[in-house]
Amino acid sequence: MESDPLERAAEITQSAVIEPGYTISTVTDKISSIVLGQRRKPGWFLGFGASFLLLLLLLYAVTVLFAMGVGIWGVSIPVGWGFAIVNFVWWIGIGHAGTLISAILLLLHQKWRTSINRTAEAMTIFAVLCAGMFPLLHLGRPWLFYWLFPYPNTMWYWPQFRSPLVWDVFAVSTYLTVSLLFWFVGLIPDLATLRDRARTRAKQIVYGFLAMGWRGSAVHWKRYEIASLLLAGLATPLVVSVHTVVSFDFAIAILPGWHTTIFPPYFVAGAIYSGFAMVLCLAIPLRKFYGLEDFITMRHLDNMGKLMLATGLIVAYGYMMEAFMAFYSADIYERYATLNRMAGPYAAAYWSLIAFNVVVPQALWSRRVRTSVPALFAVALVVNCAMWLERFVIVVVSLHRDFLPSIWRMYAPTRWDWMTLLGSLGLFLTLLYLFIRYLPMISIFEMRTLVTETEGERR
Amino acid sequence: MAQVFHHSTNLISRLTIYGFFLLAIVGGFIPYWIDGSPYVTEANVPKVQPVPFSHRHHTAELGIDCRYCHTSVENSSFAGLPPTETCMTCHSQIWKNSPMLEPVRQSFREDRSIQWVRVNALPEFVYFDHSIHVAKGIGCTTCHGPVGIMPLTWAANSLKMSWCLDCHRHPENNLRPRDQVFSISYVEPANQAELGAKLVKQYKVYSLTDCWTCHR
Repeated sequence: MESDPLERAAEITQSAVIEPGYTISTVTDKISSIVLGQRRKPGWFLGFGASFLLLLLLLYAVTVLFAMGVGIWGVSIPVGWGFAIVNFVWWIGIGHAGTLISAILLLLHQKWRTSINRTAEAMTIFAVLCAGMFPLLHLGRPWLFYWLFPYPNTMWYWPQFRSPLVWDVFAVSTYLTVSLLFWFVGLIPDLATLRDRARTRAKQIVYGFLAMGWRGSAVHWKRYEIASLLLAGLATPLVVSVHTVVSFDFAIAILPGWHTTIFPPYFVAGAIYSGFAMVLCLAIPLRKFYGLEDFITMRHLDNMGKLMLATGLIVAYGYMMEAFMAFYSADIYERYATLNRMAGPYAAAYWSLIAFNVVVPQALWSRRVRTSVPALFAVALVVNCAMWLERFVIVVVSLHRDFLPSIWRMYAPTRWDWMTLLGSLGLFLTLLYLFIRYLPMISIFEMRTLVTETEGERR
Repeated sequence: MAQVFHHSTNLISRLTIYGFFLLAIVGGFIPYWIDGSPYVTEANVPKVQPVPFSHRHHTAELGIDCRYCHTSVENSSFAGLPPTETCMTCHSQIWKNSPMLEPVRQSFREDRSIQWVRVNALPEFVYFDHSIHVAKGIGCTTCHGPVGIMPLTWAANSLKMSWCLDCHRHPENNLRPRDQVFSISYVEPANQAELGAKLVKQYKVYSLTDCWTCHR
């Protein structure tokens, strides 16, 4: 029989961030062999193939969209922001954990971040790419998207800087740039390792090109440290600012259900919440299929569970305050918007959101749940779905009934809406499969330092 | 192990890094220059017309008022193109056998308009009204240039939105007294700043730069 689960759990919480018995070279071997290994896992092809099919579905849906226009979607007045904006906010939220893990936890010297930061950053970039696609798709004339930028033009006109939609463009593109740079700078030493270990000329050239002449000299390391600290400093405020700006898209408008000051903090917490849920959803299968349980240990999963619980509680507080303020404000429209969420035609969405996003994650208080891999995976999956529902409730349910009852109308997504949502998952997963196949999903050189650092702890 | 790349590739990598930033900046301005150039806007390019009508001859040399032909400029959005009958008021008497004017006489005989080539074309999505500009002290030559020197007429300005906004943001730079609006030889006085400020008050000119001022 197993020992007492609580005792075992306590052990895990204090356990190492890397299992004992690894040396610098075995760590390097283990991680780089996933990329350079000759034997390919059939599972990879299966997963990649399935994701690629979904990506093709996206291409199909987008081609038809460009040919026919946004009329093929379920959007219509008053619900002009349908799935596209729901998906945008959902994806951009998912893209928050990566930078939080890499930047904030780096500045806070949280060593446990090391083995998950690379994957989380990659996830961030892919999620932001998926997110960035949706506002463009939902434009009536997507080929004129560059009108959102202050480019030199013969109209001598700036974009409308009073509009949060323009702030969005800057927030998201800055976030993408900084995340991409941060990720790439962190990859350089590992790309050099891959270059040195690559057997074929083609791989040497590709990895060598990307490694930008890294030789691992002391000067290189010094510059590397400075660059990553600077980028971490740059990225940290972005974690907070991006979703704040996204929340302004709603909060600046006067629509009941959107016009609330609590939106920025509540959106940021929700973003980090969904981001960690997605990291768990990805890290759990990855460590299983590639045998990385020694690197992504139970301690990591436990910590992420705790972070989910904390941010989930902030989100729950947000829901509570939204409802409370609606009634406390004594504004009939605000009250009606809240009542309409709870008892209107979309009440099922609201209550499943509360059940999945507030009630289910309370299980994470239990150490037994946090240290059980299947339970954590299930909770993370449920939270991811619930965060999508949350955005659906905010966008659609607020829009479909506003001040004037004469324009109230129901919203129903069409099959094109669903295909685009599924297709964006395909884009995300395809990029992720390519990433785990061609780049080291765990930072090799940081794991090496961890080996030396934890040696002292173990003795 | 052996070097993957030759030493000389360092130069290429530097060039691509700096070149990228250079290209990003220059690349942004190239379409701007092309779009604003006379090649696209046709500003300052004389247009060939079915009849080589000379504004110089009719205005500066003969002293005909703009409004003799462009009759509706003071009370309509459109300044008006003269019907052939307007030409014939004089040309039924003078130059009545000139071969150059044969298209005019043919138009008159057949009661069919002369197909003039448009010189100043605004896009359809721009709401523009001549009458208000004239009423607020904007001279014909402010926008249409020195028509008194044009043997064949050309557009004197690009008609790009930047050009419209130049004046809409600072109308005082281009205002003149109402009695000088139709003068083709008006020269901006040295005290334009002072005069402009005075006329802005006197004529109640507002700087209208909202989108819907022109895009209604």
